[in-house]
Amino acid sequence: MRTGYRPRTFVLELVMVAAAVAFLFPVYALVTLAFKDPGQIANAPLSPPNPPSVKSFGTAWQSASLGSALLNSTLITVSSVIALIVLGSLAAYFLARRASRLSYSLYILFLVGIILPFQLGMIPLYQLVNDLGLLGTYQGMILFYTGIQLPFTVFLYTGFIRSLPADYTNAALIDGASHLQAFGYVIFPLLRPITGTVLILNAVHIWNDFFTPLLYLGGSGRETVPVRVFAFVNEYTSDYGLVAAGLVLAALPILVVFLILQRYVIRGFSSGLKG
Amino acid sequence: MTAVMSPPVTPVPPPVRRVGRRGGIAPPWLFAAPALLVYALVMLYPSIVGAGSAFTDWSGVGEQRSFVGLANFKQLLHDDQALGALRNTLFLTVAIVVVQNGLGLLLALGVHTTIKSRMVLRVIFFAPVVVSPVMVSFLWKYVYNPAPDAGLNAALNAVGLGSLRQDWLGNPSLAIWSVAFTVIWQCAGYSMVIFLAGLEGVPQELHESAMVDGAGTVARFRHITWPLLAPAVTINVMLSTVGGLTLFTQIIAMTNGGPGYATDTLSTVLYKQAFVFGKFGYSTAVALVLAIFVAAVSFIQIGYLRSRETAA
Repeated sequence: MRTGYRPRTFVLELVMVAAAVAFLFPVYALVTLAFKDPGQIANAPLSPPNPPSVKSFGTAWQSASLGSALLNSTLITVSSVIALIVLGSLAAYFLARRASRLSYSLYILFLVGIILPFQLGMIPLYQLVNDLGLLGTYQGMILFYTGIQLPFTVFLYTGFIRSLPADYTNAALIDGASHLQAFGYVIFPLLRPITGTVLILNAVHIWNDFFTPLLYLGGSGRETVPVRVFAFVNEYTSDYGLVAAGLVLAALPILVVFLILQRYVIRGFSSGLKG
Repeated sequence: MTAVMSPPVTPVPPPVRRVGRRGGIAPPWLFAAPALLVYALVMLYPSIVGAGSAFTDWSGVGEQRSFVGLANFKQLLHDDQALGALRNTLFLTVAIVVVQNGLGLLLALGVHTTIKSRMVLRVIFFAPVVVSPVMVSFLWKYVYNPAPDAGLNAALNAVGLGSLRQDWLGNPSLAIWSVAFTVIWQCAGYSMVIFLAGLEGVPQELHESAMVDGAGTVARFRHITWPLLAPAVTINVMLSTVGGLTLFTQIIAMTNGGPGYATDTLSTVLYKQAFVFGKFGYSTAVALVLAIFVAAVSFIQIGYLRSRETAA
């Protein structure tokens, strides 16, 4: 309904902006809290900080060891996403191009993983990770995220590859390229749009996951941001200003990345899930 | 275009590469092997072991376990905490599916217009999606602070609605709504983005010709937009259903299942049974019930919603 800007549009604009303001109330409460000293918190819970104090941020950064948590989160997220892109696209290349009973069965098998709740295998997997000596390691987490996110990744890649004409690869193969070369030089570059979607969806999920790193990394010194924040908040539970500063600091990196890439993130989410 | 070429002039060796029915030369299955291996190791194998141990009295430590048949499931039927958790799970799922998607649709319709702030509003409404649920939970835990002069209570007081102040997370009948609202606040933008993608696909000409025929906003929404949004509805409903059924982080971070068992879900119960009480066999029985729920609901929804899509 992209008609001109009419009085009705103006009313709608006001309603939507009012909705956004109400929507942002919790964020306002948190951010102002982080800039207040304890006295201001008690006396003026909702007014803007006056004067603003940044003392809590330094303390929160230190107490939650956010620096090393950010490094851990980055390492785990980047490695897992790379593994997912490589393994997922290779598998999808086979599943999309071969019309055999085997490839169809494998495709269905991967799809099952999308609705299989991870809770069912949670305890045996914990044992397995422990037996493999991967408890508390980066490798264990990367293996876990790769496995758990592969069904969705394979699903997205397979759908996309099916829409590509087979001629490109056939030409490369007839020219004497191996399948791996054809994939690396011809197919993979063509997958760029869906690779962007796969990257965004998986990175957001892995970066934000809380339960698995709590279970597998707790006490190892390699905890990710959500786990450190969880421990930090539970430790300083009564010091609202400090807790708020910690939450702001922990959420800031992903929000900054999101604001820079928001166009691609939003498009990636919608196109990736359109099915 | 197939890989079968015109008769060669000179004899050539028989093709060694398999030709797929899609008309391409198919890559060997080894391309799928690494992914399959990792997927099987991390998801399939543990899930099968998990499903199997639901019929044992495994404590989780060591190999000691014996087959107990359906005893865990019988126990589940008489476990008030687990039954309450099942009720809570279903309640949360329905509340989240209906409100989150309803709100997401309204937001999408609102920002899919000529209003000047539409791009900024999209970013604002979507932003909570990229923040970790554990952090969003703590943020809302402050908003729900029981103190009369903090968070939501302070805001109610400030606008003269002080009589509505509540102990949002401490009141057993209110706490589950408070948790649901947090999830809805975080995920409404997710639904919005998927609906927006669906709205982009609604041909403008249909609306124009309907307007010429005198159809109002409501009629055009009912007869054009809504039917054409069917695929977006399918995806949104499925995603929020699975999300609601497996809700865990927000509950652990905000209420830990309390007060009492008022906000326990199947996920938190199976977690507590396993890691707090050491009853792994029983815990996996709860997990199996959860898995069956998720699978059954997904299949019913796929069947129903897909038929709606093709009918549209």
